[in-house]
Amino acid sequence: MAIRFFLVVLLFLSCTTPSFSLYEDQVGLMDWHQQYIGKVKHAVFHTQKTGRKRVVVSTEENVVASLDLRHGEIFWRHVLGTNDVVDGIEIALGKYIITLSSDGSILRAWNLPDGQMVWESFLQGSKHSKPLLLVLTNLKVDKDNVILVSSKGCLHAVSSIDGEVLWRKDFTAESLEVQKVIQLHDSGKIYVVGFAGSSQFHVYKINALDGELLKHESATFSGGFVGEVALVSSDTLVALDATRTVLVTIVFKDGEIKFQQTYISNLVGDTSGVVMILPSTLKGTFALKINTLMLFIRVTGEGKLEVVEKVDHATVVSDALSFSEDKQAFAVVQHGGNKIHLTVKLGDDWNSDLVKENIEMDHLRGHVHKVFVNNYVRTDRSHGFRALIVMEDHSLLLVQQGKIVWNREDSLASIIDVTTSELPVEKDGVSVAKVEHNLFEWLKGHLLKLKGTLMLASAEDVVAIQAIRLKSSKKSKMTRDHNGFRKLLIVLTKAGKFFALHSGDGRVVWSLLLPSLRKSEACDNPTGLNVYQWQIPHHHAMDENPSVLVVGRCGFSSNAPGVLSFVDAYTGKELNSLDLAHSIVQVIPLPFTDSTEQRLHLLVDADRRVHLYPKTPEAKSTFEQEISNIYWYSVEADNGIIKGHVIKSKCIGKGADDFCYDTGNLWSIVFPSESEKIIATVTRKPNEVVHTQAKVSVDQDVMYKYISKNLLFVATVSPKASGTIGSVDPEESSLVAYLIDTVSGRILHRMTHHGAQGPVHAVFSENWVVYHYFNLRAHRYEMSVIEIYDQSRAENKDVLKLILGKHNLTAPVSSYSRPEVVTKSQSYYFTHSVKAIAVTLTAKGITSKQLLIGTIGDQVLALDKRFLDPRRSINPTQAEKEEGIIPLTDALPIIPQSYITHSLKVEGLRGIITVPAKLESTTLVFSYGVDLFFTRLAPSRTYDSLTEDFSYALLLITIVALVAAIFVTWVLSEKKELREKWR
Amino acid sequence: MSSIIRSNPVLFVLFVQLFLSLLSSALAIAPASSDGYSISGRVKVPGLLGKVLGSPGGKISNVKVILNGGQSITYLRPDGYFSFHNMSAGTHLIEVSAIGYFFSPVRVDVSARNPGKVQAALTETRRGLTELVLEPLREEHYYEIREPFNIMSVVKSPMGLMMGFMLVVVFLMPKLMENMDPEEMKRAQEEMRSSGVPSLANLMPGTARSN
Repeated sequence: MAIRFFLVVLLFLSCTTPSFSLYEDQVGLMDWHQQYIGKVKHAVFHTQKTGRKRVVVSTEENVVASLDLRHGEIFWRHVLGTNDVVDGIEIALGKYIITLSSDGSILRAWNLPDGQMVWESFLQGSKHSKPLLLVLTNLKVDKDNVILVSSKGCLHAVSSIDGEVLWRKDFTAESLEVQKVIQLHDSGKIYVVGFAGSSQFHVYKINALDGELLKHESATFSGGFVGEVALVSSDTLVALDATRTVLVTIVFKDGEIKFQQTYISNLVGDTSGVVMILPSTLKGTFALKINTLMLFIRVTGEGKLEVVEKVDHATVVSDALSFSEDKQAFAVVQHGGNKIHLTVKLGDDWNSDLVKENIEMDHLRGHVHKVFVNNYVRTDRSHGFRALIVMEDHSLLLVQQGKIVWNREDSLASIIDVTTSELPVEKDGVSVAKVEHNLFEWLKGHLLKLKGTLMLASAEDVVAIQAIRLKSSKKSKMTRDHNGFRKLLIVLTKAGKFFALHSGDGRVVWSLLLPSLRKSEACDNPTGLNVYQWQIPHHHAMDENPSVLVVGRCGFSSNAPGVLSFVDAYTGKELNSLDLAHSIVQVIPLPFTDSTEQRLHLLVDADRRVHLYPKTPEAKSTFEQEISNIYWYSVEADNGIIKGHVIKSKCIGKGADDFCYDTGNLWSIVFPSESEKIIATVTRKPNEVVHTQAKVSVDQDVMYKYISKNLLFVATVSPKASGTIGSVDPEESSLVAYLIDTVSGRILHRMTHHGAQGPVHAVFSENWVVYHYFNLRAHRYEMSVIEIYDQSRAENKDVLKLILGKHNLTAPVSSYSRPEVVTKSQSYYFTHSVKAIAVTLTAKGITSKQLLIGTIGDQVLALDKRFLDPRRSINPTQAEKEEGIIPLTDALPIIPQSYITHSLKVEGLRGIITVPAKLESTTLVFSYGVDLFFTRLAPSRTYDSLTEDFSYALLLITIVALVAAIFVTWVLSEKKELREKWR
Repeated sequence: MSSIIRSNPVLFVLFVQLFLSLLSSALAIAPASSDGYSISGRVKVPGLLGKVLGSPGGKISNVKVILNGGQSITYLRPDGYFSFHNMSAGTHLIEVSAIGYFFSPVRVDVSARNPGKVQAALTETRRGLTELVLEPLREEHYYEIREPFNIMSVVKSPMGLMMGFMLVVVFLMPKLMENMDPEEMKRAQEEMRSSGVPSLANLMPGTARSN
């Protein structure tokens, strides 16, 4: 009876739906969220005497953000679309931020205080041209500032109040490439200068108010132009001729155009290397870059040029800033040791230093890339200057009075790849365990928690509870914890900077600007590719620190030479770096390690040779034992070919060493190019653990999962359907999903979805794959699941056979054999567009899985795998219901409480990474984009540990109450017995 | 006029709808230019316009309107209007991303044959829209709401159930025993003694009972 009762209670407890959900006061306990903006491209200051001082920036991640000038915090921020690149940013009317984006076709105005978009206007034009943005601040007509935009071969004048196009001048007929729009002082007139063809120079004088053409002159320069100009004054330009050896000074005064040529070799003796005019607007001066040298050249009255100063190329110059009536200033930043020298000079006088400051600078930030200068008035009415500096590692610093006021680590907005590392084991004596505070305080804390759960807590109590929770969680300690919640997240960013973030609170533990991924003479455009775990000390090498391998290449093309770098995961020091002679197309981490627990990696180069790393004899002997079992595949999406490869022989010929092998082609699958185009391929995570191979269904039937590490999911669409939604008819479009064995090249399953198109996002786990695509017929997104089962083992159900040993369960699973598989699949509608899909991973693979779907709204939704089960039917039987099969619905449910990002957004979401914790029920989720978000998930609730808000006090009170009850009832029963006996 | 409304409100509503549907075609699409078509519409969120919610992101300035799964993204003007430019003829998908609200994606057909004609329908409910006014289907609450303290929740919790069970055993069982016939009680006790100590196996159904 009692046991039955407890069973009922247990059933009742287990019936509560296992969905991830959070109370509002639990925000920040297990999760953290960080906001970034990316590398700043443009900045405008808004420093009025009253109100908050801000700087509005636009970045390479297409972010427009308003920052607090005092602390560097974000006031507001907008992440524009991926192809909505910001071309320019300005302030108009003192209250609107004007941004020009999408190649000069979209002009938007944002309200400065709160970031609300005020108006948006679309500028039309037929031709591509350099986008220019200019706000005529001096010219006010009915309290309106006119915005001039030169883009798409036209000049547009736009009202800054409502975005109305006032007038438009089309230059496409003259095929004019507009270079500059120059505002003439205090008059409503502008100059538009540009080149037509390669040698014609045009000047238009236009009335800015109505677009009336006042004057047009043109002149031809026989030498031709490259298209780089520097504006020196309102009627003087300096341009480079087509050979880049002659500087041409163009003066267009009083209706005539004069050219004056100066040979660069006359200015500097040696002119080897490419000459470039730097796009800075200084007054009377311009900057010229020759190789590693930078020249400041002054233009004197008659178009004569004279070199003012020669500096090395790491020097950066800001644009000119006009600070009082007619004075202009600009900033120059130079490097010297671990300091940077900031000088602010008066516009027309090179030798006048308004400010000269030396600032201590962390060498890990690299060179200065950009500087923006702003002025303020000191209390003694003199002018002070502050500078906003963008460094090589994409960080943003504000410098004032020789000090760094604040800095932002904005390279974290552009994460390329993530890996994790365990923290060091807690050693005796290293950290003394805190002595538990006295019992009274402990009880008080728990009583507070109890009050919180019973909703009796006051506001101060809630604050106290939060503080206790944060303190007790010890989540930011630098040692390994018992549950495996604390880890190091090691991220590689686009800047070539490498960070280790603590999973507890997201702080940067160490950072390193990788020397091998920095721009140098040997390597012009280094790009980071991937991060791999190189060494995980486990059994033999416990004393060593784990290390990670960073793979990069010198340049953007796939046959550029590769770069390897090995970094210690605890200290952040680069252990070793290699500049490779070969390129890197593919990196294959092998499942073998050497005696120091270094993982063997195969690097495939563009010539289809493989190179073994580490290059040690030991690794080589380990590898050569397994050489016949090594297979890999390559996907050539452009040609529609998937190939399987094996190692054939040692390398012969150029660049051959002992660790290089030639490869052979084992199989290839060629998709017909007229009907299919590869758009997505996905495999299982190599570190995924599968707990059980068999799946017992309701009717005591056993299904064996087909679990192979060599399965590849490929999605192809008809070539017409590879564009965006709405560009193709449903009849012409189809999507084909394949499951391919990558050892034998066998196609195990093929499924066609008619009237469907990409983009396809897929995730592969255990024996199933889930993919997301667009259904053109229903005009909705769909998600499909394919589960694959091994049929050859299906007979092993008979108990008798199992006892007698007549089963094939112990037969080795081989990828060479032809598997008999059956697949089951089902499709469901899904509301949102998807940016990324991942699946939860746990330590032993027992816990049920959840899909993590990064939606177009930059939120991450956790969806139980049970919703994507091909066995779902409209009316499941009672037995099926007990097993947990959900009745079939046509759409997948979106439960707001199961958004793991709750009310936050991971702006610009690009990827989701899951890492198992040591505790089986729990998985760690890290999602990254422009923002970072980390949380801890328990897909089937934390069944193996008590939750953090478990009330020990309630337990204690219950026990006390029970003991008291026992005594009371004992006394009562004694009394009763006595009475009975007296009767 | 007012008498007409009173006499036949249905007719009046139909009339208004007809009027709106005539208007909508002009509102939603601009004539084709050399760069393709333009669509404009409006997002209407009751209570959101102008109001700043407590949660970060719950502002109209953070509402995004997304075309074709990210092909282009635009924002709302203070009055809730938005527009997309340079669109090709065909069928498009518009999604609205606003923290705290669930919007259905909208299917928008831009016709090349008769420019100026646009059709829109919510894909979730398959409801056609006469004009491109997007309203949230429902509000989204991301947090579980803590239930206020009540005695039932304590009773229902595992602890409460345990206590309840104990109370039942302590107070009700003796009552049951009392009501039993003394002779029957004696018989039962003897039976128990003869069958030995009741074991767990006895309580299990099936197998154990046979021995």
